[in-house]
Amino acid sequence: MTHETTVTDGRAQTTQGRKFKIRVERRLDTPAWWNILVPVVSIALALLFGAIFLKMTGYSPIKVYAIMFKDTFGTKYGITETLVKASPLLLSAVGVSIAFRMQLWNIGAEGQIYVGALAASWVALTFTGLPAYIMIPAMVLAAALAGGLWAFLGSAPRAIWGVNEIITTLMLNYIAIFCVEYFVYGPWRDPLSFLFPLSPMFPKSAWLPCFGNTRIHLGLVFGVVSALAVGLLLSRTKWGYEIRVIGENPDAARYSGMSISRNIILVMILSGAISGIAGMCEVSGIIHRLQAQVSAGYGYTAIIIAWLAKLHPIGIIIVSLLFGGLLVAGYSVQIYGIPADIATMLQGSLLFFVLGVEALARYRIRIIRSSPKPVQAQQAADDVAREIT
Amino acid sequence: MTQTTVGFITAVLAAAVQAGTPLLYAALGEILTERVGIINLSVEGIMLVGAVSGFLATVATKNLAVGILGAAIAGGIIAAIHAFLSVSLKVNQVVSGLSLSLFATGVSGYLGKPIIGVPAPVSFKPYPIPGLSKIPVLGQMFFKHNLLVYGSYFLVAFLWYFLYKTRPGLHMRSVGESPRTADSLGINVNAVQYAYTIIGGALSGIAGAYLSLAYAPSWIEQMTAGRGWIAIALVIFAVWNPLRAMVGAYLFGGIEALGFRIQVVGATISPIVLKMMPYIFTIAVLIITTARSATYKTEAPQALGVPYERE
Repeated sequence: MTHETTVTDGRAQTTQGRKFKIRVERRLDTPAWWNILVPVVSIALALLFGAIFLKMTGYSPIKVYAIMFKDTFGTKYGITETLVKASPLLLSAVGVSIAFRMQLWNIGAEGQIYVGALAASWVALTFTGLPAYIMIPAMVLAAALAGGLWAFLGSAPRAIWGVNEIITTLMLNYIAIFCVEYFVYGPWRDPLSFLFPLSPMFPKSAWLPCFGNTRIHLGLVFGVVSALAVGLLLSRTKWGYEIRVIGENPDAARYSGMSISRNIILVMILSGAISGIAGMCEVSGIIHRLQAQVSAGYGYTAIIIAWLAKLHPIGIIIVSLLFGGLLVAGYSVQIYGIPADIATMLQGSLLFFVLGVEALARYRIRIIRSSPKPVQAQQAADDVAREIT
Repeated sequence: MTQTTVGFITAVLAAAVQAGTPLLYAALGEILTERVGIINLSVEGIMLVGAVSGFLATVATKNLAVGILGAAIAGGIIAAIHAFLSVSLKVNQVVSGLSLSLFATGVSGYLGKPIIGVPAPVSFKPYPIPGLSKIPVLGQMFFKHNLLVYGSYFLVAFLWYFLYKTRPGLHMRSVGESPRTADSLGINVNAVQYAYTIIGGALSGIAGAYLSLAYAPSWIEQMTAGRGWIAIALVIFAVWNPLRAMVGAYLFGGIEALGFRIQVVGATISPIVLKMMPYIFTIAVLIITTARSATYKTEAPQALGVPYERE
């Protein structure tokens, strides 16, 4: 671990005539307030970056940000819509985070959302007579199975032959979207939809209950519960321990007799199942029918959320709410002629600013007096001592 | 074989080259990047930014060369961010690439909003090469295309020669195999990684511009439709070799072209199933390449994705 120790520069002590020496060195430990500072600085930088972009394309950044903020957090509609948008983000971010814990790159949440929605719609459209207390659990189960199956298809080649799962899970996203298209343009097309690619409306028993007269549906509860459950699974159970060990040190896991292939498959199925439920919530809680577009890239946004939250369940809940708000804000500026893509840009740039700021925070700049002092000798001795330990 | 069958096959082969060219440019770019040990997963996003900036630059100047240059510069800028994060700051390259891909997709949507539905003022037109284009089948397949397609032939030949037959090519490969050894030989590892990551991004940018200025001269949101990811799979299929990338690109292009042609001929397969084919094919090819090929493991740059830390 030599690279984590302080870089000692011998010349600092010997060079005469110079009073100061600036030295860039690795931090041995990051202070606790760093965990607050890094996100705050990153958000500020991402907003600044977005502002430059807005300015260059002829908009007033302050006005745009003011509208975004006011329409999202300043109105009841904005706040409830934020929660509505946060629900699928939260579920799929929890889903991908458990795979990421094992260094498994499940980039397929988008496809898992689509097949989840497809399976749930099949239940709702086929068994129309079921009462809600059977219908809803059956739809959740079908969506979880479908999402799990989709993730299994993406991860089995990795478990068996070591095939790169980034590409397989990603290709399956496109295939899943085409599957949904096939049904809404073909066998399930509603004869009353005037040739629009929509399935018939689900029976009322297949609608997820909403809170009061808002659009916030039970999916939000599913999301919070799944975040907490995955948190407990990882921190309190033997399986969770295995997942963390494999993620941090696959060799150690292998030597201690853990089956990596088996865990790859099981973790991916669980990961896909949670994203599948996100798809079910979208069709059952919001649109109440199947349409060609189920998700506006939630599965991809989920990847960013999971990393920004450092895969921590509570962090994922907070970041999902923030990103739900950003999506609403993106839509709100559209009426002023500003593309909603500003939200995607800010989300993407936020992650690379966090990555960058975090990496930079690992270093510190120190100004050292070049005249040798007892204090410095002590410092050097400390450094050596640390290097040894 | 009847005259029409030959005609059909020739048309599919020619379309395979047209559809394969953007894959080829992007795969060549990613080969350069991965050869120096950097894995850049933002190809899809870079292609989109390349497509939109190439189109915007062409609309502004009515000059295709400026369009291509603009696409290359835009692609290079995104790749430079990736290089800074992965080479200088040594962050996780997969996460960096994914976040940049999303960011770049957002940028392309943002910049492209005003030009949706605007036809390209000028576009790359086929330019049959006198003599060569008269060769039966092969002439139709290779020598009746636009300048970007011809450019890719030269690029493949040049990169193959450069990688395997020249000293700078050897140097760059050694950086991807063992940066420590390269460093001890006096090669500036960071500079080499920066340079080829940026050049790789520029090529992906050109791949995007091919779509918006030659293949379907217009800007459509998400017009790459996963081609950037297919290009990354293609790099594995090609075992980091430009010549094999060319074969692979036309194979993938052929699958895409075949889907269209079968529809035209009037087969009874659902068009949606045909549209799935390139993606299913990608997974199948990836499994076959990884599972059965011994060259895959020996050819992969040994330091791929591993940040190099000088002690």
